[in-house]
Amino acid sequence: MEWEVVIGLETHTQLKTNTKIFSGASTTYGAEPNTQACEVSIALPGVLPVLNKEAVECAIKFGLAVDADIAPRSVFARKNYFYPDLPKGYQISQYELPVVGKGKLTIQVPAGKHGEAYEKTIHITRAHLEEDAGKSVHGAVEGMSGIDLNRAGTPLLEIVTEPDMRSAAEAVAYAKKLHELVQWIGICDGNMQEGSFRCDVNVSVRPKGTEKLGTRREIKNLNSFKFMQQAIEYETQWQIDTLEDGGKIQQATVLFNPDTGETRAMRSKEEANDYRYFPDPDLLPLVVSDEDKARVRTHMPELPEAMKARFEAAHGLSSYDAATLTASRGTADYFTAVVQAGAEAKPAANWVMGALSAKLNAEEKVITDSPVSAAQLAQLLKRIQDNTISNNAAKQVFEALWAGEGDVDTIIAAKGLKQESDTGAIEAIIDEVLNANPAMVEEFKAGKEKAFNALVGQAMKASKGKANPAQVNEILKKKLG
Amino acid sequence: MALNIEDIHRIAYLARIEINEQEAASTLTKLSGILGLIEQMQAVNTEGILPMSHSQDLAQRLREDVVTQTNQREVFQAIAPMTEHGLYLVPKVIE
Amino acid sequence: MINSSLKTLSQMLASKQISSVELTQTFLTRIQQHNPAINAYIALDTDKTLAQARAADARIAAGNAEALTGIPFAQKDIFCAKGWKTTCGSKMLANFVAPYDAHVISQFDAAGAVNLGKTNMDEFAMGSSNETSYFGGVKNPWDFDRVPGGSSGGSAAAVAARLCAAATGTDTGGSIRQPASLCGFTGLKPTYGLVSRYGMIAFASSLDQAGPMAKSAEDCALMMNVMAGFDERDSTSLNRPKEDYTRGLANMVGAQPLEGLRVGLPKEYFADGLDADVAKVVQAAIAEYRKLGAEIVDISLPNSQLSIPVYYVLAPAEASSNLSRYDGVRYGHRAAEYDDLLDMYMKSRAEGFGAEVKRRILIGTYVLSAGYYDAYYLKAQQIRRLIAQDFTEAFKQCDVIMGPTAPSTAFKAGEKADDPVAMYLQDVYTIATNLAGLPGMSIPAGFAPSTDGKALPVGLQLVGNYFDEARMLDVAHAYQQVTDWHLQMPESLK
Repeated sequence: MEWEVVIGLETHTQLKTNTKIFSGASTTYGAEPNTQACEVSIALPGVLPVLNKEAVECAIKFGLAVDADIAPRSVFARKNYFYPDLPKGYQISQYELPVVGKGKLTIQVPAGKHGEAYEKTIHITRAHLEEDAGKSVHGAVEGMSGIDLNRAGTPLLEIVTEPDMRSAAEAVAYAKKLHELVQWIGICDGNMQEGSFRCDVNVSVRPKGTEKLGTRREIKNLNSFKFMQQAIEYETQWQIDTLEDGGKIQQATVLFNPDTGETRAMRSKEEANDYRYFPDPDLLPLVVSDEDKARVRTHMPELPEAMKARFEAAHGLSSYDAATLTASRGTADYFTAVVQAGAEAKPAANWVMGALSAKLNAEEKVITDSPVSAAQLAQLLKRIQDNTISNNAAKQVFEALWAGEGDVDTIIAAKGLKQESDTGAIEAIIDEVLNANPAMVEEFKAGKEKAFNALVGQAMKASKGKANPAQVNEILKKKLG
Repeated sequence: MALNIEDIHRIAYLARIEINEQEAASTLTKLSGILGLIEQMQAVNTEGILPMSHSQDLAQRLREDVVTQTNQREVFQAIAPMTEHGLYLVPKVIE
Repeated sequence: MINSSLKTLSQMLASKQISSVELTQTFLTRIQQHNPAINAYIALDTDKTLAQARAADARIAAGNAEALTGIPFAQKDIFCAKGWKTTCGSKMLANFVAPYDAHVISQFDAAGAVNLGKTNMDEFAMGSSNETSYFGGVKNPWDFDRVPGGSSGGSAAAVAARLCAAATGTDTGGSIRQPASLCGFTGLKPTYGLVSRYGMIAFASSLDQAGPMAKSAEDCALMMNVMAGFDERDSTSLNRPKEDYTRGLANMVGAQPLEGLRVGLPKEYFADGLDADVAKVVQAAIAEYRKLGAEIVDISLPNSQLSIPVYYVLAPAEASSNLSRYDGVRYGHRAAEYDDLLDMYMKSRAEGFGAEVKRRILIGTYVLSAGYYDAYYLKAQQIRRLIAQDFTEAFKQCDVIMGPTAPSTAFKAGEKADDPVAMYLQDVYTIATNLAGLPGMSIPAGFAPSTDGKALPVGLQLVGNYFDEARMLDVAHAYQQVTDWHLQMPESLK
């Protein structure tokens, strides 16, 4: 039988705020245990929550970015369960009325074993504000778990999709696109190692061509795209094998073990949960007006789709190039800065996607940490444009810039890379070459085109590579013609 | 909606309160009495009535995103049952 | 001196007739003498108390005293007070020393008031007799065989026995007003949101409200000036301009100061279930109001009989969640022995909570659990709106509602302890105001004979419209100008 996998994602995005969602404690990562756990974070008797304005703005930004309905009135609810990293014994979340409703996100699925690259629209079901839990630390004390509540109360936006994805590749493409988007609009630092962006993946399989969804298992807390790919592929195969062996899938929460590449059901959360949601009486309804939305919109950067269209229209870039340049905010900002500094758009695009990107990949650097600044690259491109240096020489200059050897003009001077554009000097060189190679001249006159290229080569060699090749061509043609 | 002894054990577990058979039996009697009182509500037609969570119809006030809390770990952990290395200790959590 | 009004004490302090230390010492001595029998206070710290009194004297000497500077108050043990043991009447918090101050405590501190100690209460404010306290019951100063009411029973007994100048309380379903009625003093539950709940240990968050418990309306007004006010740490705190709750008191003079005031009597509050002797006292008080110029109108609160069922869904539901934080991890009671994490939770909570608290947690857990939410919680919230709308309609016909505070006078300790439903009916007249979020008051209106021949206090309840506290205080003050019920104190404690 042919099987189809159905995947939906729930992504916990830590919002980039200074303070927690319901208290004035810092959210800085990596502090000593419980030093950022204030009276509200540790749920002392009598403390109360007050909602962080910035967290709300982040949620609105996201809603606007995925073209979603933003609820004029949303409600915080308590999700009741006992866990040592949950100090109040309930998590403040949104249940029936989330702040962000239905939206959509277009993803680019790269070419792979299943064929050509393609685009697909993933539907967002909802996104809601909630507080993060603390962390359990194992191994610090024998036989015990240690509870660190620094993370407790960090604002999260939980973004939930419809079960729209049909392969691990689609799920990863969605996760990557979402990861870029939340950083693009500045609501999340995207640091997956630190847990700022964590995905829960719901996986089920069904016979291809059928409508009814299979029983799903939820893979919890994936914090790398590589693991996500592996976990989904393993889980899909496991479910297919189980069903083909005549087994049944039990709804479960599973964990992925990167060491074995396998998923296994969690022990602790197996019991039937009854979260007893009810509206939190300590908080009033969150009201978002049209004015609020308009105000937030003015703080929004241009979104990737709009920027892509603008690059195509304004700079004549291909759809592919424009998409590549807008795949991340860092690349887009860099490219924009190069063009704003006076470089032509097309060569700028080629250099950013070519030499710069290759070098960054080779050294595992991100574009915002590029040793060659946008201004330097723009200057380099100008020197190609005004014929000061050749394309070949430019590559040497780029390497020197990367190595921090100074600015563009200093490097050109120091390495003697300036090309010869003085017509008189070039004519003199060509005259010398013609005199020294009468045989080649004869061959050319006899109709051998190759001889012309050989003469150009001789001239370039005589100029030690500094002559402008275009000028050499032109003068040589005149003299031989 | 009559309560039974299984309900008592189920909700006691949900509420994380240990309860023995004898306590469960007397709790069942008392809770049934309270539920009897509550049942009066069922006679009221509430169709179309907006539930009331708060007495004032107001919107949530928002707090500026400014750090106002400082580290008070020493003070807070002085009243904790068990701590070490700045962590609250509990019996091992199994995932 | 122990019978003096706050205003008088303030004048005595200002004119140096007495120092705060002397005044405080007077009450500390009375506490030493009577508290072992009455059990009103469960935490005392003479050093801290006298240090505050000395600071108050310095402030008075420096000439920047406020109305309550140097006056000793009792604080209900539901308010976190930094460095004070704050137990909420529970074994769960028997060793909990609060590391921060509740807003109410900060307000009294800022006013220069003196904290005499923390008062006994029903565990987590769940009770109407103070019998659910882990620290034992409290005696009604009028008859030691009887309960003072609850949950603010310790504060009530402290005020009635003159073991403080006045006290704070909290009221979720009647916990200020019912003890005020049973112990014969003046208590006010303000409009929900007027007094910040920050640092007040939560029972039912959408109903809890702190208020003054004092001898007179005038004392309550002075305390309201300190307690009420916006607090940005409580999302339900109302951001309103400060008001002076004493502003109208001086106008309550002349033969008919209440001329034009419409007093509504809800017929449901005078129906079956009300003790006949209590009814007689309440009717006499209303007759007095007629003399003061008030016009009496009959009104109806048709859904009022539903307030108890609604309350016993909503309050336990909120409580079951509010009390989940007591898990033995970060503070509070942790069982001495346990097998694993689950066992630690189950045992710590079974040992830390008393029977009534457990009952309410279980009821609350049940009504919120899967499959029952709509039939109980949602339904209760819908009826809550009907109950609130009754009041909206009623206030179109009257300015203030009057009736009994409690259906009977103080009952004997143990009498209802094993019958939760009978106990819950104590709050039949008070709960609706909490559900609606309205202000309610109880003022002493006289005495009724008990079965064993003692005279026991009876309270008259006043319910006002939202934010109408100043008018209610005026209305109560007018009555207290022509009666002296509020000045009575038990003979044995004089």
